[in-house]
Amino acid sequence: MIWFITKRIAYAMLILLGVSFITYLLLYLIPADPARQIAGRSATAEVVANIRHQLGLDLPFYQQYLRYLGNLLQGDLGRSYVQRSEVAALIGSRLGATLQLMAAGIACELVIGIALGMLAALKRDSAIDRLLMAFSFIGVSSPHFIAAMLLLYVFAVKLAWFPMGGYGGVSHLLLPAITLGLLGSGWYSRMVRSSMIEVLHQDFIRTARAKGLTRARVILRHVLPNAITPVIPMIGIDIGIFMGGLVVVESVFGWPGIGQLAWQAIQQVDIPVIVGVTTVSAVAIIVGNLLADLIIPFIDPRIDIRKS
Amino acid sequence: MKATITKLALSVAVASLTLAGVAQADDAPKAGGDIVVTYQNDVATLDPAIGYDWQNWSMIKSLFDGLMDYKPGTTELVPDLAESYTISDDGKTYTFKLRHGVKFHNGREMKASDVKYSLERTVNPKTQSPGAGFFSSIVGFDDLASDKSDQLRGVTTPDDYTVQITLSAPDATFLHVMALNFASVVPKEAVDKWGADFGKHPVGTGAYKLADWALGQRLEFVKNSDYYKPGIPYLDKIDFEIGQEPTVALMRLERGEVDIAGDGVPPARFLQFKNDPQHQKLMVTGDQLQTGYLTMNVTMAPLDDVKVRQAINMAINKDRIVRIINGRAKPANQPLPPAMPGYDKSYQGYPYDVDKAKALLAEAGHPNGFDTELYVMNTDPQPRIAQAIQQDLANIGIHAEIKSLAQANVIAAGGDKDQAPLVWSGGMAWIADFPDPSNFWGPILGCEGAVSGGWNWAWYCNEKLDAEAQKADAMVAPEQQQARAELWGKIFTDAMVDAPWVPIFNEQRFTVHSARMGGSDALYVDPVHVPVNYDYIWVK
Amino acid sequence: MAALRIFLTMCRRPSVAVALAFIVIVVVASLLAPWIAPYDPNEQFFEGLTLEGAPLPPNATYWLGTDLLGRDLFSRIVYGARTSLIIGIVANGIAVVIGTLVGITAGFVRGWLGMALMRLTDLMMAFPALLLAIALAAILSPSLWIVALVIAMVNWVQVARVIYSETISIAAREFVAVERTIGASSLRILFSHLLPHLVPTILVWATLGISTTVLLEATLSFLGIGVQPPLPSWGNIIFESQSYFTSASWLVLFPGVAIVALSLSFNLVGDALRDELDPTLKGRR
Repeated sequence: MIWFITKRIAYAMLILLGVSFITYLLLYLIPADPARQIAGRSATAEVVANIRHQLGLDLPFYQQYLRYLGNLLQGDLGRSYVQRSEVAALIGSRLGATLQLMAAGIACELVIGIALGMLAALKRDSAIDRLLMAFSFIGVSSPHFIAAMLLLYVFAVKLAWFPMGGYGGVSHLLLPAITLGLLGSGWYSRMVRSSMIEVLHQDFIRTARAKGLTRARVILRHVLPNAITPVIPMIGIDIGIFMGGLVVVESVFGWPGIGQLAWQAIQQVDIPVIVGVTTVSAVAIIVGNLLADLIIPFIDPRIDIRKS
Repeated sequence: MKATITKLALSVAVASLTLAGVAQADDAPKAGGDIVVTYQNDVATLDPAIGYDWQNWSMIKSLFDGLMDYKPGTTELVPDLAESYTISDDGKTYTFKLRHGVKFHNGREMKASDVKYSLERTVNPKTQSPGAGFFSSIVGFDDLASDKSDQLRGVTTPDDYTVQITLSAPDATFLHVMALNFASVVPKEAVDKWGADFGKHPVGTGAYKLADWALGQRLEFVKNSDYYKPGIPYLDKIDFEIGQEPTVALMRLERGEVDIAGDGVPPARFLQFKNDPQHQKLMVTGDQLQTGYLTMNVTMAPLDDVKVRQAINMAINKDRIVRIINGRAKPANQPLPPAMPGYDKSYQGYPYDVDKAKALLAEAGHPNGFDTELYVMNTDPQPRIAQAIQQDLANIGIHAEIKSLAQANVIAAGGDKDQAPLVWSGGMAWIADFPDPSNFWGPILGCEGAVSGGWNWAWYCNEKLDAEAQKADAMVAPEQQQARAELWGKIFTDAMVDAPWVPIFNEQRFTVHSARMGGSDALYVDPVHVPVNYDYIWVK
Repeated sequence: MAALRIFLTMCRRPSVAVALAFIVIVVVASLLAPWIAPYDPNEQFFEGLTLEGAPLPPNATYWLGTDLLGRDLFSRIVYGARTSLIIGIVANGIAVVIGTLVGITAGFVRGWLGMALMRLTDLMMAFPALLLAIALAAILSPSLWIVALVIAMVNWVQVARVIYSETISIAAREFVAVERTIGASSLRILFSHLLPHLVPTILVWATLGISTTVLLEATLSFLGIGVQPPLPSWGNIIFESQSYFTSASWLVLFPGVAIVALSLSFNLVGDALRDELDPTLKGRR
């Protein structure tokens, strides 16, 4: 197991290397000139050349990348072209807020998703099932912007149950987290429903029922653990998709997180910030996947992960 | 047809603005009070040598001072940290007498050496200031800009309260340049202490001090009780909340949680604010030194034919474009905005005349039109405006494919000699750095801007007009100003004969503030302290 | 014949019948758009805006109202069906095919190829999907097919990952082990056991994926890197008008309903298909 974990961590580092390389390459290829951006519109050609040289943008691509990598190893993510502050400081100041929203959002997703999925599976083919599945799908099919604006409009403006955006305590957190949870839960409820139906039909469940165990006990002890197995890798997968939703939700609710930082950096082609955010999200996603892979064997002993 | 100039002096230019505030002028300003201001985008930096954004421009003006400034709410130049100034007869030497006893936020008195240091810091390439180029007329600029020296030879300090600046050529805009944020006075010891992070720990002489900054969330400005102007500022504290979506900010403003929505009114709410009397009271309208234009690359066929460019000028229905943006602008017929000295009120421009445009196009040898590309920035409403232009061009047979890209990509394409035939400037349009026509020429219509990576996306280079421009900028004496404005006006209308642009509209500015805010309306749409002059507003 | 039987069984459920009907309507609308749409979708009518430049609500001339440029919203939605369907089907089709191939290869064939593919998947998974799409679109300069390609390049990864976990989960079950001990060839196991077990998953993903794809296209349009104007897609109609949501809700409502309805339809149909095709469920209902 230790060997396996070491191996996976080594892979994770390689993947991180790959991610940073591809991001850097993609941004290098974008037709925009950062030196011009910094120098402003009144700059002379000489000033621009000077800035380009200071930033090392006159070097060939591989040298620029190696330089970036060298700094990265020392924990230096570079300085923002637009904000002129350390990328690490910019990300650091927003990391807490994003982690908070992510944790709350994923918790909402899971609670809503698993509860609805279970209910739908148990009431399979009833009106409740159809209603819940339609609901889950409407959630999945709604653009984040619209859902966020709608919830904000109804619950903050009309009903005044929540503050209208901004950063703060639980009351500020709830609405954006619910937005993310509602829209993201569709995947989980569908997944839980279908895997639960499958599990319910398997022989060992019938055996358990035949042994005289109560319905509730069978569901909680036997069906649920088996049914949520596919949900676990989904969480890892979800973090990447989640980031996309975060960008929109954070900017609608004025939540000062990384999503908002990324969105502003993308609009301004602030390359060090974009690479930094990508790298940080990549770390989050890789850790998520790694944990998912490590947890599966404990829940579903039929899978021997060391073979994969 | 001889052009006559009606707007003569700077102070007249925005007289309409000051008039708007008369109604409120009776009630005297009250000291005290805290307010909340919101912006959507992050405040990048408060370093006066670097900050160049919508949201930080007037914040920096409230934290720092320069030798010159403008009368609040107007474009009238007045001395600020300078008590007085004199200009030599040849127009090359400016001597500023500094105020005594002006203190930095750290308690030290501001001296002449600080002025010299600050200018040198901005020009020094290591600072990477986007404003360095403005100071190119100072003697010794080239040496400092190219790392050959670490001083500006042209700036000297005969004593602690005198600064003498020598220019390599007379420059009528120099006093405006000294009023730019980039000429703000900073204390060397604070810059040395914070290095590249000075922009996060600003120390100036201004009306407010930065008390707290939670990156990406909020900034807190508090009153500088040692400010050299007695009684100023009126407010005790300003809370800037960052990352607020404009629509949400407006909702909060209506609920009394926000006092100024810094990003103005989003399009969807604009008509509501304009037409509802309750909302109307909260919205202030002002002119902007801005023109939205379509550039036509004069080096690319078939746009290299002046007839084709004139045809395009006649093909575009500017009234309809203004309607599309809900009348938030006024149609334009020349590069200069109406509030700018030199604007020619009698100039008619090209009429909207589709038949004549078609005829011109046929004359130029394109009776069936041609295919081309229209570059545009990809944030609303720019792509919509581009589609309106596209339809107008289609009416005379020109098929323009829209390239809707990120701002940086459009700027890069425009600065590439043979890439972008047509560029709609919206979102990147020239907003004057200071209220002088010369700022509207060099970089965007003069030969100096028609270089790779430049901002002259029409690649228009008329050496004769450039020479005229030089002549106009050498007219520094106060009594020459009327003639200078006239000359500038003629340069721009003469350029329109070659039609490198289609000037489309002059955008207006709308600020929304809560009912409890006091002070003349002009302060909320200050043409220089963009967007709001925080020093002079107050709470009722 | 089997296909027809399944089809008829499915149609017995009213919700599925409605869903199929809606899909047919959308397909027909996109094929016959020039005959169905009352106006040119790109024509900006002078009287299509109020004098203040506000869009018109639904009325007799413009059935679903006009957009912010005075264009007929109904015509744009009809033509937009083309864009959304093409991107939905093409992009998602490519994504599902690539994802399935990669997932099965990595989970069943394994070996160095499987390993390499899984590492590639991990690499792609570690990218925030939206950012990858943005970077690709910025470099490739967007058009209809580029957008479809970009979406496919981002979306195949999730499919591959899910198919991969399903594959190893199925391959680890007793019946596969039994087959192996009685000497069944890998190919036989693949076709007689693995694929049939995977079909429901693939179908669920193929149907859900269409909605994801349409939404991703909309998000790209929102960021200004979707299909280029004036070409209408349901996504860019919504995002062009989003700032007017509170004052001109029809501009968001109609294309929004169209998107949700289409996604819901594909979902219902896919769900029904899954019930009909899943061998473990057959005969137990």
